Amino acid sequence: MKRALIPLLFFIGLSVALAISLTKDPRRLEDTLIDHPFPAFSLSSLDEPDAVLTEQTVQGHISVVNVFGSWCVTCNVEHPILMEVSRDENIRLIGLNWRDDREEAKTWLAKRGNPYDLIIFDPDSELAIPLGVSGAPETFVTDKNGRIRYKHSGAISFEDWDNIFQPLFKTLEAE
Amino acid sequence: MRVLFCLLFFWALPAFAQTAAPSANPALDDRAREIAQSLRCVVCQNQSIDESDAPLAQDMRKLVRRRLEAGDSNEDVINYMRDKYGDFVLLKPPVQSNTFLLWALPFLLLLGGLFWFIRVGKRPS
Repeated sequence: MKRALIPLLFFIGLSVALAISLTKDPRRLEDTLIDHPFPAFSLSSLDEPDAVLTEQTVQGHISVVNVFGSWCVTCNVEHPILMEVSRDENIRLIGLNWRDDREEAKTWLAKRGNPYDLIIFDPDSELAIPLGVSGAPETFVTDKNGRIRYKHSGAISFEDWDNIFQPLFKTLEAE
Repeated sequence: MRVLFCLLFFWALPAFAQTAAPSANPALDDRAREIAQSLRCVVCQNQSIDESDAPLAQDMRKLVRRRLEAGDSNEDVINYMRDKYGDFVLLKPPVQSNTFLLWALPFLLLLGGLFWFIRVGKRPS
């Protein structure tokens, strides 16, 4: 009689294991770069094709690096929020213009407003791949030492800004 | 007319179908290809970056080549991508503590089944 329960127990165990894995999103990548230094790069700025920007851009102060592109639909949704939060002078907001056309990106920003203090132009994913970027928008927060401390996939909402970013800035500021 | 049609039809020569420019280093091409086949395109899921036409996959192929040209071994390149995108970027899951069950379960089930089969088979009907 007891032996008959074995397949049932096996089935229950399997169901539980599968139910747990259903709650996990396989599209969510691991955040392997947290606490790692911001990758080295050498790229031009969106406005000045001759300028050379390097990883020093994110060193010495807390920075928010936002991956965007004029082709990116969700970036339209996120844009007003970035415009609003960039009013805070203490926040250094750096744009990473990813896989875009220089002129199209400029037009996109001219139409909507430019929330960024500085924009890195990365048409061939030279910085995006070392950052483990898989889509736009994606946002990174780096500390004063230029280490990546947080990665946000998808558009930032005002709730995210108040509940995740602001407390994080406070922690990083206190370090 | 028919001749023209035939001409147009056969115009699609396979030589023109190649997207990558022929390179002076076929050995490097082979290695780049081999690596690309083992890396997952992170935006298209179950496709390797070798098969995918996604823009990010194209850029990842370029990066694989650049790193090989800079003198990296195949393993270096794969580890580089793994550092950036995690184990997910590997099409074949590595054998490690969190994938042990995945690799071992088929064999454990087979053993269990054999055990059961022998025991039941021995029982007098």
